Amino acid sequence: MALLEITKVTKDFGGLEALHMVSLQINAGEIISLIGPNGAGKTTLFNCITGTMPPNTGSIKFQGIELVGLQPHEVAQQGITRTFQHIRLFNRMTVQDNVMVGNDYKGRTGIFSALFRPPRVAREETMSRQKCREVLSLFGERLLPRLAQNADMLSYANRRRLEIARALVSEPRLILLDEPTAGMNPYETQGIVELIRLIRERGHTVMVIEHKMKVVMTVSDRIIVLDHGEKIAEGTPDQIAANTDVIEAYMGGRQRAQAE
Amino acid sequence: MLSWFNSHYTGHAETKLIMDVQILFEQFINGITQGSVYALLALGFTMIFGTLRMVTFAHGEVYMIGAYVGFEIIRLLHPSFFLALAVALAATALLGIIIEILAFHFLRDTPHATSLLVTIGISILLVNLAQLIWGPETQALPYSLLDKIDYGEIEIGGVYISFLQMSVLGVTVLLMAMLYILIHKTKLGMVIRATAQDYEAAYAMGVGVNGIFMVAFAIGSMLGGVAGVLVGVYYNLFYPTMGGLYGLKAFSASVVGGLTSLPGAVVAGLLIGVIETFSVEFGASNFRHIFSFLFMILILLFRSGGLFGGRELIHARGD
Amino acid sequence: MARTLRRILANLPYIAIIALIALIPLFVSNLYYIQVLIFIGIYIILALSLNLLNGYVGLLSIGHAAFYGIGAYASAKLVMEVGVPFPLAMLGSGMIAGVFGYLIAKPTLRLSGIYMTLATLGFNMIFFLVLQNWMSFTNGPLGIMDIPQPSIFGYMIESRIQYYYLIFFLVLLTIGSMHRLITCRFGRALVGIRENELAAEAMGVHTTRYKIQAFVLAAFYAGIAGSYYAHFVKYISPDSFYIYESFILLAMLAFGGQGNLIGPVVGAVILIIIPEVFRFLQEYRMLVYGSVLIVMMLVRRQGLLGGKNYSLRLPWFDDQQGAVYTRGDKFLPTE
Repeated sequence: MALLEITKVTKDFGGLEALHMVSLQINAGEIISLIGPNGAGKTTLFNCITGTMPPNTGSIKFQGIELVGLQPHEVAQQGITRTFQHIRLFNRMTVQDNVMVGNDYKGRTGIFSALFRPPRVAREETMSRQKCREVLSLFGERLLPRLAQNADMLSYANRRRLEIARALVSEPRLILLDEPTAGMNPYETQGIVELIRLIRERGHTVMVIEHKMKVVMTVSDRIIVLDHGEKIAEGTPDQIAANTDVIEAYMGGRQRAQAE
Repeated sequence: MLSWFNSHYTGHAETKLIMDVQILFEQFINGITQGSVYALLALGFTMIFGTLRMVTFAHGEVYMIGAYVGFEIIRLLHPSFFLALAVALAATALLGIIIEILAFHFLRDTPHATSLLVTIGISILLVNLAQLIWGPETQALPYSLLDKIDYGEIEIGGVYISFLQMSVLGVTVLLMAMLYILIHKTKLGMVIRATAQDYEAAYAMGVGVNGIFMVAFAIGSMLGGVAGVLVGVYYNLFYPTMGGLYGLKAFSASVVGGLTSLPGAVVAGLLIGVIETFSVEFGASNFRHIFSFLFMILILLFRSGGLFGGRELIHARGD
Repeated sequence: MARTLRRILANLPYIAIIALIALIPLFVSNLYYIQVLIFIGIYIILALSLNLLNGYVGLLSIGHAAFYGIGAYASAKLVMEVGVPFPLAMLGSGMIAGVFGYLIAKPTLRLSGIYMTLATLGFNMIFFLVLQNWMSFTNGPLGIMDIPQPSIFGYMIESRIQYYYLIFFLVLLTIGSMHRLITCRFGRALVGIRENELAAEAMGVHTTRYKIQAFVLAAFYAGIAGSYYAHFVKYISPDSFYIYESFILLAMLAFGGQGNLIGPVVGAVILIIIPEVFRFLQEYRMLVYGSVLIVMMLVRRQGLLGGKNYSLRLPWFDDQQGAVYTRGDKFLPTE
């Protein structure tokens, strides 16, 4: 059984059709890239999966469970987390707290526990912090020394990394990355490429929206191409690179990919 | 219901029926009069929200200031209804511009909540200033002056409609007509509509958006000020907190009508006025104020766009 | 042993302040000053309760006086008509206010931004109108008189000084309990919702449930303050719970800052003291509050102490964040 099965999903915004009969499958352990020109519907597809914008028709099944109709936090609790195209961090919280919120739904401390502090609370807190440090260590020395800094004081690249860390801490089965290398220089971008591989090694499945062809070609197992809300191609990097429809959609994308 | 009527009126069966209809009609006129004031206030508020997409809590107080300005004009200068209206119009327009500058102009880039709190502060300030200037007690125009304004009544089918009532209705209709012409038939109106729909696009097209906001605020405040004079003279009651309840009812009417719909504000205002008046007839007296808030909450819960809007809420700036 | 000593040293400034405040009645003999301090205490609790909603969750509730009033009336009626002993009545009023908080939160929180705010205003108005008009239950504009003094397990609270210690105790409980709530999963989730609700939801945070919980808590604390108020002034009427009371709380949060536990306290203290110190301002209290709102929003939106997450422990002993990390620690992946 595929990990994620998207079947004939259509999403329109009162006349503007963002997605039209999109179907695809993702298997456990894969790294899938979702590419397409601007406005193709990539982020909309992410939003449909996570329940932020439920699709008009179609079904999205995750490990056999229907996601359409679930609230976003319920989708997350099923084991799907994401990052955002325009970074959405908790700006006035520390790096550590940002990541710990990612772990919130795993906690059991409610209001009464918070007030009376049975020993369970301290244990849960310590374990959660341990998990945070573990996840942040994936980024080397970049975030760990800054645990007590507020998120809005971090550099741009670190903010992107923090968002990924926050999405990882709850050990999701599937993590959706929306343009994780946007605005990064080639060196930082390469770091993210290695990070994606590391994430897969840890047992997560990854779906990435990306514009940088070099990233897409090197890191993906499979690539799915959207254009104007429809899936126009799917295949391995080599297959996609040779696909004329894709090249046309990008109008010279092949040359751009070679130049990168 | 019928037995209620029976208990109130003895007499021949036919005359009783005619009198029942007369009572209904009279109350309907009362309700429409009251409702038209609500409608004016709600129109002003909708004007402001429609253009700026922001809520002002000071609207009721603008209404109150308009009433007091009218009061002073009639008392000190000349007992002319229309002079009072004209001066109140100008004064509240100016006040509206001041509020726009304080609460919105400088705070264009801040969250909505910031401007909201400033308008709350302005509202508190205006009430207390009025208390300082005119005292907290309720004022009234002496009957000698009032008689010069309300100089008679006409009779339609046994129901008496006072000149004052007709003036209120007349002024309201006139203002609504003028507003309609302004918004839909003039160039300024078109610019306002454009700004209301998308102020960034309007700005890009060279519209002086800041000025348009001030104009919209001035117009909205003028409507409120006129409503103030109308109510003040109609009931002959002037007190500093008169804007409180009325202002909140204006919100409610505006929300019920659909926060950016001008016709919606009118219909909602009239509806609330009529229902309130009839509720007094059926014994609700002090509870009548609840209706407007109840409607607002019902609309918010079930049909957020209001009567004339869609199911979707119109989003305020910054939401 | 060393750790307990460190803990005590770390909290020494706070212990000192608490002791000082506790000993005030020894130095201040003027009962009127004591009364002012008591009102400061009441408003500290109120401001902190609203701070949960407006400061931590990031909502804008402008009708909070309703819960204050519910607590006051509930407590008065519980003690006078049902014969409930005061400590239970106070707790009960808090819970009744909390229940109303739940009832109002459920439908209201579905609305976004300004509509939610307008709804809170609407409920405050409706509550006030009900208070004024339901003569048989609330005695209407006449209010409830002769509310008995608090009696705690037989010990009567009669003198101002006794009232002072009672409110002092309640304030300490409030700040202490809120600190506990904020410095764990609950508080983190609330601030996450405030900073970016969409992201919090995407991470699995049940935002609606947290917001409702915050609402109920805020109502609860306000209800407790209301109960104290009723048994302190011994006479309550609808006028004390009109929307202007809500606006006073807004002014306190606007002035002192919200989003931490110190700003609201500062706001309450200063905005109560100023009309007392500057006697001529007494009559113009509301003018002052209105001006504060306008000026603060134009000049410093976050209030005096807003915008910072002041930990209630001193920074160099702060073991809350826990992670003292130095380069080369063992959990780095080997490179």
